[in-house]
Amino acid sequence: MQKATLGRVYVWEIPVRFYHWLNALSLVVLCVTGYLIGAPLAIQQATEASFAYWFGKVRFIHFLFAYIFFFNFLFRIYWGFAGNRYANWKNFIPYRKNQWKEIKQVIAVDVLQRDNTPIETIGHNAVAGFTYFMTFLAFLFQCVTGFGLYAAMSKAWFPKMFAWIVPLMGGDFAVRQWHHAFMWFFILFALVHVYIVFYHDYVEGRGEISSMGSGWKFIEKEYHPTLKDEKSAGEKK
Amino acid sequence: MSTNSRPTIWEHAQSKGVSRRDFLAACAWMTAMLGLPASAVAQVTKALETQPRIPVLWFHFQECTCCSESFIRSSHPGIADIVLDKISLDYTETLMAASGKQAEDALHDTMTKYKGKYLMVVEGSVPTADGGVYCCIGGRTALDIVQEAAAGAKAMICWGSCASNGCVQAAKPNPTQATPIHKLISGVPIINVPGCPPIAEVMTGTIVHLLAFDRIPQLDGLGRPKAFYSRRVHDTCYRRPNYDAGLFVNSFDDENAKRGYCLYKMGCRGPVTYNACGVMRWNGGVSFPIQSGHGCIGCSEGNFWDNGPFYRHLPNFPGFGIETTADKVGVALGAATAVGIAAHAISTNIRKRHLIKEEIAASEDVKDCRAEQGGCEIK
Repeated sequence: MQKATLGRVYVWEIPVRFYHWLNALSLVVLCVTGYLIGAPLAIQQATEASFAYWFGKVRFIHFLFAYIFFFNFLFRIYWGFAGNRYANWKNFIPYRKNQWKEIKQVIAVDVLQRDNTPIETIGHNAVAGFTYFMTFLAFLFQCVTGFGLYAAMSKAWFPKMFAWIVPLMGGDFAVRQWHHAFMWFFILFALVHVYIVFYHDYVEGRGEISSMGSGWKFIEKEYHPTLKDEKSAGEKK
Repeated sequence: MSTNSRPTIWEHAQSKGVSRRDFLAACAWMTAMLGLPASAVAQVTKALETQPRIPVLWFHFQECTCCSESFIRSSHPGIADIVLDKISLDYTETLMAASGKQAEDALHDTMTKYKGKYLMVVEGSVPTADGGVYCCIGGRTALDIVQEAAAGAKAMICWGSCASNGCVQAAKPNPTQATPIHKLISGVPIINVPGCPPIAEVMTGTIVHLLAFDRIPQLDGLGRPKAFYSRRVHDTCYRRPNYDAGLFVNSFDDENAKRGYCLYKMGCRGPVTYNACGVMRWNGGVSFPIQSGHGCIGCSEGNFWDNGPFYRHLPNFPGFGIETTADKVGVALGAATAVGIAAHAISTNIRKRHLIKEEIAASEDVKDCRAEQGGCEIK
């Protein structure tokens, strides 16, 4: 049976896994606090402003995680050059012909389900890689607009580097609106992302869900990077 | 004494019987007005002693004259002080006594006599649709007048939101193609003083800066004087502590409104509006909208008419019509995604049935090792 022919492949290195979970945490915190900033809870309480600071705290957490999110994102870009082949930046931009071929294949097999040919790719398939590239662009957009808005309330040099976005987009109002609208991109992304991980694990049985915890995936021998070579080498002998 | 052919501001003041003491007091006022320390009084005094009164051409195009209305209510410095003593207001449709040929002559005299030396002030936007026919003065289009006057201007001040960013007549669908001045004119230093109207003291303050230093004030990315537009209304709002404490007005008739809590949830544009309302206030520092219990509508920000409704924090999402916020679009997309996921999950169990069945069948061949005595083998 197929199961007996699986071999382990170390796909996600520790920095990738660390990045992934820190990023997931940041996104959840940023979406929750960001939504609260956009639509604060209706608390009816007769108190003086000097006795409460919850909204200030929500904003502080949002800004704190914005920094964590940004530098974690920068680190991931670095790791796209320093990491293993599955983490490499080349997986994310479809500039080669065979990536486009794989995009068509993934759409046929996994999205439209017209075809049952297995997808060979061990790391991100071409559609996933390209989707993450789009996500990185959204990360960049949120960082630029977010820090651009924050620049007006901060004396630090770092957010000031993003202040140019405000006149470019025509004022804080527009920047704030788009910053808010893009939050929904992350919510939709998370929904689809989590579903697809379950889908792949269910259909392919490669251990997609656990791979982001352990780093290992279970790959069929014929697609396994070392076992398939051994096999062919053995055949030659 | 000045070597200029025109009398300086000090000479002009003397001719009006102003004492040295009063003149120095006025200089101190101006210095304070510009936010400068007392040590700069001498510099301002020197400037006013040596600078001639600057000729000013003040134009009115597509606008409601609210900028002029605001301007004439300036208290520090007083308006009479500015218009009669500090500047030479040679042309302005609303305030000048002359009309018709005399008015046009005054305009052309100044433009030719003080070429490159006069200050041009514009109130209102310029329509560009249909050859600019929607705003004509003396048989000429606003665009024509602006271009001619700007060619010889030393600097230009765009009063109010109309001249700075188009204001209401540039709101969608902008039938006359009302255009702010900075998009039409280049080559002349342009100062944008947005607001509908701008605060009187901000207007006079900008002029005083030009007089005292003979150069334009420091401007931000949108061409606004930093002295007045570098902070958000929110940052200087006296209700700000309520915002940080999460104490919000939820409707205009609730208890929180009475207690003077933050108007953020009522659509207050303070957090996205750069202006000096919270500090300088209006009508000689009496009040400003938020102090009177109404949120800021962001009148000094570009496109504020299109960013409606005023009483909701989140605007209508572009392209989705009235009452559709980004959140409504997001929730709809989220629901659609959830439906898509459910459909895909069902489809997976149908289309991939054979694959999965094979795997399940293979798993059933594996016996439970603890149940079987003596262990078992995986087939």
